Amino acid sequence: MNKIYNYFIFFSILIAFPYISNSQNFMNSGSITGNFQMDAQYYQKDSAIGAPEVPEQLLMNAFANILYTNGKFTTGLRYESYRNPMLGFDNRYKGSGIAYRFATYTADEFEITLGNFYEQFGSGLIFRTYEERNLGYDNAMDGVRVKYNPKQGIMLKAIIGTQRFFWEEGPGIVRGGDAEFALNDLFSSLAENKTKITLGVSAISKFQATEEILYDATKKFDLPENVGAFAGRLNISRGSLSLSTEYAYKSMDPNSLNNYIYRHGEALMLTAAYSKKGLGVIFSAKRIDNMAFKSKRTETGNMLFINYLPALTKQHSYSLSAMYPYASQPNGEMAIQGEIVYTIPKNTILGGKYGTELKINYSRATSIDKKALNDSIAIDEKATKGYTSNFFKFGDQLYFQDFNIEVVKKINTRIKGSLSYVNILYNKSVIEGHPGAPDVTANIVIADITYKLTSQKSIRFEGQHLISKGDLNDNEDPSKGEKKNWVMGMIEYSIAPHWFFSVMDQYNYGNDENDKKIHFYNVGLAYNKNSSRIQLSYGKQREGILCVGGVCRQVPAANGLSITITSSF
Amino acid sequence: MKKTATLILCILIASIAFSQNQENKVKKLPSVIIKDIDGKSINTAELSNNGKPIIISFWALWCKPCQKELSTIAEVYEDWQKETGVKLIAVSIDDSRSSARVKPTANGNNWGYEVLLDVNHDFKRAMNVNQIPHTFVLNGKGEIVWQHTSFAEGSELELIELIRKLNKGEDISGH
Repeated sequence: MNKIYNYFIFFSILIAFPYISNSQNFMNSGSITGNFQMDAQYYQKDSAIGAPEVPEQLLMNAFANILYTNGKFTTGLRYESYRNPMLGFDNRYKGSGIAYRFATYTADEFEITLGNFYEQFGSGLIFRTYEERNLGYDNAMDGVRVKYNPKQGIMLKAIIGTQRFFWEEGPGIVRGGDAEFALNDLFSSLAENKTKITLGVSAISKFQATEEILYDATKKFDLPENVGAFAGRLNISRGSLSLSTEYAYKSMDPNSLNNYIYRHGEALMLTAAYSKKGLGVIFSAKRIDNMAFKSKRTETGNMLFINYLPALTKQHSYSLSAMYPYASQPNGEMAIQGEIVYTIPKNTILGGKYGTELKINYSRATSIDKKALNDSIAIDEKATKGYTSNFFKFGDQLYFQDFNIEVVKKINTRIKGSLSYVNILYNKSVIEGHPGAPDVTANIVIADITYKLTSQKSIRFEGQHLISKGDLNDNEDPSKGEKKNWVMGMIEYSIAPHWFFSVMDQYNYGNDENDKKIHFYNVGLAYNKNSSRIQLSYGKQREGILCVGGVCRQVPAANGLSITITSSF
Repeated sequence: MKKTATLILCILIASIAFSQNQENKVKKLPSVIIKDIDGKSINTAELSNNGKPIIISFWALWCKPCQKELSTIAEVYEDWQKETGVKLIAVSIDDSRSSARVKPTANGNNWGYEVLLDVNHDFKRAMNVNQIPHTFVLNGKGEIVWQHTSFAEGSELELIELIRKLNKGEDISGH
């Protein structure tokens, strides 16, 4: 309670500050904006799908952001309430309070932020603080950030602070800086040059007091208090071609994710793209080696990540193709991805009257090459240097592979639709951490057709079919059979711009076990008015992994009535 | 101590609420530095369209309705531009996992939009966007006069109707 009042005082001072520093115009010139979201669900026990009994019956997550801007001054806060956290959210969120507050002041070339902030250096390989409220992911900094833009083409940033850990803060202090130079803005001789070059360098250091962690009963790990990380990046583009790369290095950082090995970490990302009107081609490759970087060395969950290791795989949007999603393996991964987006021109045989969109995407992730240090030390053995690795060699373990193709076509003024095929190979034992579980292969076909009834009313059909092999009902016991085939159907009726109605069913008809051939049905209704939306749905939710914006979390099976209200002002 | 803090907060909320009643309340774009798809830094407060209206649409590669909205408008975008002078700015909130794929997708799909990359959601937060698609309409003076979330077939017709009204100088805040 005391803490909340401390926040009140803090925020009051922040708001009061411009009163003092500004003229009497203040009252007229400021503006307040914000948003609000509430998700609540009334749960019903359903032992057939594994939905547990919820003692509270109703669980709710809500937040509201309020931003106050007055000229060069902005302040804001976010109130969050989890009464109690909905299923799938960490129970340590239980409670209510002001989880985020900040003040930013811009003075000429400087921008100074006090309080909480989100920031990213380069592609995030050594530093990214980020929030994804729908997943309960938030590793916001609490501290100070200064940005300095001395002249066009140079941006310098410095940060220091600790990270959010539910309602507390992590024990590690994170500090660092980033410098970015846009050469074409910086040098007038290059201003007109068609080749655009941007360079960036960044450094991060984490301090966490040492602690005594024992292994083999009596031995103590040698834990560095300071861990440093450095990264450099380069972007070159010329007309329709572009090339970007980033390399990162992290000093020895024994922690619970890497089994306390005394080895440095490395990451490399490389992307080449070509695109012009009607055609886009991209190729990416990356290597990650021992890059788990957190501001608490014993933390194993999703929280307190200092950096972000993006997966090089497509994020699928349809429910069955999203059934087997991939997440980067921070301890070691080699990955490649290629994609072609092509529009077959109008008035050709394949293009038809309106043209046809074609997307082909392929990705593959494997382990990195790891060799034992010597005959007596196992690979990844704690309190050793872990292993040696050939930087350019792919490991022999396949983690994930995805080949997918999508065709989007407008048939006439009333009908348009898309057809997709997805082929996935999913290493369940590594990705989900179930040692011994076999690999899963899945073939998915999806049709999505919209039929326009009038200019405002339309009806949309979605049909999906999945054939899987190797997806055990019980990862410890193959005799309990496999999940095998799924079918999914949905009908959605919309009246623009306000109303949506939908009915859907996902049916695991191919399951080896008869009592697991379950219908996951759902009916929904949504109403939108300007920037507000209210959504109601009733039905069953399949247990699985939900991914939004590059972050995934496990969602449990649930059954019941849910409501979402969201609004911005 | 607690009473003082509560009192200060009440006074502040009251004074701010009061100041909201002033007539000259306009919402302009916040100032956030993000990048365009060629890697150039852009200050969002300086987005402009020569005194004509602007549509800002927040989207992502993983968001199907967003891409439907952008593809639907793309078909009529040239006509809209000729008729009203409107400009659409498509702000991708894809993070560094897929932000590199945005430019090839936008070009490959033949979208004629200005596309910006908000990889760490700084602009999204400053604009109070919760769910996407979230679309804003700015009048010729750069004031945010309308916003809407979600996309259904036919929503684009309402959008262009609003732009036409703006060009005629009508107030659309009641829509």
